[in-house]
Amino acid sequence: MITLEQKRTKKTQLSTVIDVLSIKNLYKSFGENKVLVDFNFTLHKGENVVVLGKSGSGKSVLIKCIIGLLNPDEGEITVLNEHVLELNTTEMDKIRAKIGFLFQSNALYDSMTVRENLEFPLRRHWIKVTQEEVNELVKQALDDVGLGYTVDMMPIELSGGMRKRVALARTMILKPEIILYDEPTTGLDPITGKEIINLMIKIKKKYNTSSLIISHDMNCVKMAADRIVILLEGKCYAEGNYETLKNNKDPKVMQFFE
Amino acid sequence: MADNIPVKSFLNEVGNISQFTGRFFSQWYRPRYEISEFIRQCYFIGYKSLPLIGLTGFIMGLVLTMQLRPTMVDYGVESQIPAIVGIAIIREIGPVLTALIFAGKIGSSIGAELGSMKVTEQIDAMEVSGTNPFKYLVVSRVLAATLMLPILTILSDAVSLYGSYLGVNIRGQTSSSLFWIQVIESIDFYDVLPAFIKTYFFGFAVGIIGCYKGYNSSKGTEGVGRSANSAVVVSSIIIFILDLLAVQITDLLGYN
Repeated sequence: MITLEQKRTKKTQLSTVIDVLSIKNLYKSFGENKVLVDFNFTLHKGENVVVLGKSGSGKSVLIKCIIGLLNPDEGEITVLNEHVLELNTTEMDKIRAKIGFLFQSNALYDSMTVRENLEFPLRRHWIKVTQEEVNELVKQALDDVGLGYTVDMMPIELSGGMRKRVALARTMILKPEIILYDEPTTGLDPITGKEIINLMIKIKKKYNTSSLIISHDMNCVKMAADRIVILLEGKCYAEGNYETLKNNKDPKVMQFFE
Repeated sequence: MADNIPVKSFLNEVGNISQFTGRFFSQWYRPRYEISEFIRQCYFIGYKSLPLIGLTGFIMGLVLTMQLRPTMVDYGVESQIPAIVGIAIIREIGPVLTALIFAGKIGSSIGAELGSMKVTEQIDAMEVSGTNPFKYLVVSRVLAATLMLPILTILSDAVSLYGSYLGVNIRGQTSSSLFWIQVIESIDFYDVLPAFIKTYFFGFAVGIIGCYKGYNSSKGTEGVGRSANSAVVVSSIIIFILDLLAVQITDLLGYN
């Protein structure tokens, strides 16, 4: 028998939304080109948000500002309750250990094997980790993406889809709380792209991660997004779930769904 | 006005290289020390360059001796060939030629490698992985190039002199001990020291220019090729400028 008090507590817990990433009044320009103009955004825990925008609309700039690869001109970025723009290098590295970043080009180190690629962030962020632990984590990460047999191969020996999956394994190896995906399906055939999206969904369910996905692939948007943010003219132009935005009559929103 | 543009871009480039060099000096001594990467780079930059440096050094000594011989015979000073070749190789030809070969091999490879890493976001991935890419990639390579070139030059000088010994014996007969005694007697400490010191500067120049060009590469694969190419061109020019300065300094100090 559930008491009224227990019911209330459960309801409160369900309605409590934890923000893992919040961006306020973000501005970024390159010379005269204003890329982000008063951009505001919040990512909740356990949520997959897709940022949808045209090429050159500033999507990649946005996630590079979040991870600290680019410095915004103005604004506030809060990741896991830390104001990232106020952090020094050591503090920023601690935050980066909690954020996974899947690069558009995969960014696998050409001169290293798959194993060394996966070990690299582990050795850098978790300095005291033992070799046995490293081996176990590498195995688990590769098994998660179904590529355990590639451990001693070089990135050049892998296909495009395999490279993307290895890059995803490297992103996941530190068990990040937030994952930033930069165009995860770009350059892949539709079937491989679908496999990558399914992996992203599987990872979210397994590790309860929050994800910010940059994409203009509508298949990815439809399958992976809990919420969609349309980045237009440097601002968060519209947001909502797939169905809401698809039925939106604004021509600027409609152009993405045609 | 248009005439000013190349001057402006040249000065900009000089400013950027100086800034990059300044960044190197402000970071190289600070932890975290990338020792394993430094050792790996010493292996690639030093050990892997040995066959090329050795072969070119050998041919250089042999050819120099064979070209010099007819003139020396005409003047009746054939016996002075080991001494003259020894001085030429130790003081000038050995360090400069080794540095130029080194610039061609290592400068271009560093420029292309870092350039490719830059355009494929590998440098960004390193930063995200809690690594200072400047220390990991640039400091380790520049230090390895600076330390390896003097060692390669010593080896190249030795192989060159051996080539010269064979060259002397193609048309004449000189015993090994006589050849080496003549070489060693002809050179003194002040021939060796400035030549040895300047190779550190040559190595540093090759390392820093290769890294600068690669680290600041842009415009995709075309930019990578351009980085590799300009790394060789610029570092070769700097080697000649440094050599000119080194000669002036040793002259001023009375070591010539």
